[in-house]
Amino acid sequence: MLTKLSGGIVFDPANGVNGKQMDIYIQDGRIIKQPDDARIDTEYNIDGKIVMAGAIDLHTHIGGGKGNIARILMPENHRDDPVARTSITRSGTGHCMPSTHITGYRYAEMGYTAGFEPAVLPVNARQAHMEMADIPILDKGGYIMLGSDDYLLRMLTARKDQQAINDYVAWTLRASQGLGIKVVNPGGISAFKFNQRKLDLDEQHSHYNVSPRDILKALTMAVKQLGIPHPLHVHGCNLGVPGNLQTTLDTINAVDSLPMHLTHIQFHSYGTEGDFKFSSGAAQIAEAVNNNPNISLDVGQIMFGQTVTASGDSMHQYANHNIANPKKWVCMDIECDAGCGLVPFKYRDQNFVNALQWAIGLEIFLLVDDPWRIFLTTDHPNGAPFTSYPHLIRLLMDQSFRNDMLATIHPEAQKMTTLASIDREYTLEEIAILTRAGAARITGLVHRGSLGEGDWADITVYTDNDDREAMFETPDYVFKDGRLVVKDGEIVDICWGTTHVVRPSYDASVETELTQYFERFMTMKLGNFKISDDELTDDGRGSLTVHPTTGAAS
Amino acid sequence: MTEFKEVTSPFCGIGTDDLTVQVDNLSVTVTENGCSMNSPAFELGITDTSPRVGGKEVDLDTAYHKAAELLSQTSQPVIGGCATDVNGMRALLSLADQSGAVVDHQGFNSARYNILTMQESGWINTTLAELKNRCDVLLVVGTDIEATYPRFYELFVWCQEAMFLEQSSDREIIILGKHPQGKTVISPTGKHPHVLDCSDAALPEVLSILRALLKNRPVKSTEVGGISLPELQLVADKLKQANYGVATWSAAALEHQHADLTVQTICELVKDLNHDTRFAGLPLGGRQGDQTAHQVSGWTTGYPARVRFSSGFPEYDPYLYDTEFMLDNGEADLLLWVQSLDTESAQPPTLVPTIVIGRSGMQFQKEPDVFIPVGVPGIDHSGHAYRLDSVVAIRLKQLRDSGLPSTADVLSAIQLAL
Ligand SMILES: [Zn+2]
Repeated sequence: MLTKLSGGIVFDPANGVNGKQMDIYIQDGRIIKQPDDARIDTEYNIDGKIVMAGAIDLHTHIGGGKGNIARILMPENHRDDPVARTSITRSGTGHCMPSTHITGYRYAEMGYTAGFEPAVLPVNARQAHMEMADIPILDKGGYIMLGSDDYLLRMLTARKDQQAINDYVAWTLRASQGLGIKVVNPGGISAFKFNQRKLDLDEQHSHYNVSPRDILKALTMAVKQLGIPHPLHVHGCNLGVPGNLQTTLDTINAVDSLPMHLTHIQFHSYGTEGDFKFSSGAAQIAEAVNNNPNISLDVGQIMFGQTVTASGDSMHQYANHNIANPKKWVCMDIECDAGCGLVPFKYRDQNFVNALQWAIGLEIFLLVDDPWRIFLTTDHPNGAPFTSYPHLIRLLMDQSFRNDMLATIHPEAQKMTTLASIDREYTLEEIAILTRAGAARITGLVHRGSLGEGDWADITVYTDNDDREAMFETPDYVFKDGRLVVKDGEIVDICWGTTHVVRPSYDASVETELTQYFERFMTMKLGNFKISDDELTDDGRGSLTVHPTTGAAS
Repeated sequence: MTEFKEVTSPFCGIGTDDLTVQVDNLSVTVTENGCSMNSPAFELGITDTSPRVGGKEVDLDTAYHKAAELLSQTSQPVIGGCATDVNGMRALLSLADQSGAVVDHQGFNSARYNILTMQESGWINTTLAELKNRCDVLLVVGTDIEATYPRFYELFVWCQEAMFLEQSSDREIIILGKHPQGKTVISPTGKHPHVLDCSDAALPEVLSILRALLKNRPVKSTEVGGISLPELQLVADKLKQANYGVATWSAAALEHQHADLTVQTICELVKDLNHDTRFAGLPLGGRQGDQTAHQVSGWTTGYPARVRFSSGFPEYDPYLYDTEFMLDNGEADLLLWVQSLDTESAQPPTLVPTIVIGRSGMQFQKEPDVFIPVGVPGIDHSGHAYRLDSVVAIRLKQLRDSGLPSTADVLSAIQLAL
């Protein structure tokens, strides 16, 4: 079966293609070069339409226990957004934390073909994979959370060598079937269990003799030495705390130029200036990012409206419980492994802090120079549901629209942002980098986010439109692995994506000590903790894609 | 004869995974670490092997088609029981979606105490390993834990080692409500729990006064629910002094009306304690596949497992979509009962057409129109199940080859035949 997309204007930054009119040929799910014997089975005439790879969301909470708590916590929110079944799609509910099937449909309807859960607790990884297995169309995967797990903290306290830490990290990644490593409030989730209410970068954990800095150093080094393509994915200390700008700058300097991805950096870019002791740190953060090529980031843009915040950072979610809206919230301490907190939240444009948060996110987008190191996220659902991406893209691409929006927010916030003076407008090429080529590169995905020969045919076709929100909301066509799944913004076919993982090697003897630890302290056996491949594939529709590690330590 | 080690259990709710099980042809024996919940559940033999329609044995295909035919003639089917594994629930929800059914887990009415609390005001909760390694004060409310979780104290309280306690026997156990009947609540060093007996009906008042004492509010009464105020003050002091306290209860054990308000008081009291120290709740459940049902329903629909699909999309009501209520009121015209774990949980009596997807050996007061015996997840086929803290999902393994289909197989086949 040979498919031809004729005459599209292609934006494929992975291959240096910037708005060139060219045909694309698809066979057996992949892009091929123009065949000599061109017997085309299906041809799509997309003359003049915009063609990009399928979009990739590298940080979206789509699978795992805390998301499901968020769902069950918010029945009133689902009631406002019921989704009926059709002859090919399942029913479900939407808005801030959509059900799994609806998550897949709505992402695909916006031209996305992959999403990565950034906070997979090892002990809850089974659930994360089971939920993601029920998300149709999208490829998926997860970053495995370490840094507040007692095993690592004990190792650091005992001053185990880096090799031992690497083995443990690699083993955990394998046992949890992950693509990368994440750290959330390094050590802080554990410290909260010991009744510490904050943990600064250089503050000592009250039980373990370690600081967040120690944890970051050990984990960035492990990720580097193991050759895990995605840099350590860091949710830093002091989430949401005014003045955390300094912590973030110190964090950037703490890792000896090793690769590090700072996630939802908007929530970590706050100063303490002005009448309300809350100000934008975007300029300083952007400058530091621009000067440190080892740093990548995603923004975690907020949008006004109801959402639910879902984070592994139990310490700071607990601290925020008083601003829950509606007034209900959940925190959990989890299995000597991690924790989580769920706080429903309504961002309001007439609230000074929320309005400035909105502006800070946009400032960061516009002040960071290198589009290959910054990624488009709302930290779904924390800043806003992922369905707000087309609106966000318009804010980035359309200065007059952005300024119109700016004029409607809290007046004091308008005074505290430089947004009106920034005239940068993102180009289509840059959007393709943020949401495709760059995202695939930074997560180590081979043959994704790219439209070259041999790449998987995840392809989105849009009609060019000055209203970028309308354009990115309703693609003409979306192909997943060469199969047409969306036409005119509606699902027309269902398929199931793969789960992306990496598997750095480790010394198998790491299990000796781990087995003992599980026997002594855990509530399950080591053998039952490990997730076997068949758990992801034996439903007949799941599959695993193992990506290569880079320059692994010998 | 084959021996399996580290076998996981879908029955007991605590995610037991240290069983040794011997399988001889189709007969299963738990040889190590069994308990009064797990051993009988594993060892129950297979009796029914073929489906029945109208009491007569038929082949699977005939049973599927009869079930589909009955389903297609209904306007409001109800799928009750819902005691199965993750794949069973996936198939169940898919069938419900297509047939416009109500889905209702059999334990919802007591689980509702917890769910309503969570959805109205939330909570701070914990999991079993945190209890095991961290908890220095355990408050048990209205529940005789050993009666339903025989190994709870052995595994999670009097464990050999606890990471953050010098001795696990240093823990303080405070029991409010039902007097414990068993002995496992006594520490290996002979330390007895501090028990304050009261009736379930007195729990709301006792807990409210306890909460007032914790907040240093003036209390005028000298006694509440048969407990003297100084005694209760002592409890309040101990809770405040905890480094990491845990309050636990089983919603199914609470036998008074509006027990959701009692659960809410416990959870708010836990929140209060967190102003100064660390404390967390631990709702006990995990029976008859309840957490599995709620989790899978949660990610599939956004709601816990009492959901109606007849509008074409999921709608949630914790009261109206109660299986027995709907049957009694004539609101349901077919009952599909799914119970692959327990032969003693047969369908409630009803006059409407009934299909039972049940564990082999299920005894009926009234033979259902269609009965399809299925294998047990964790014995006859692999699968996944959630334990009571709903964080840990365990991998269930296949231990024997009985040829019985899985619940997921059967429900998918019925959906295909629709
Ligand atoms: Zn996040």
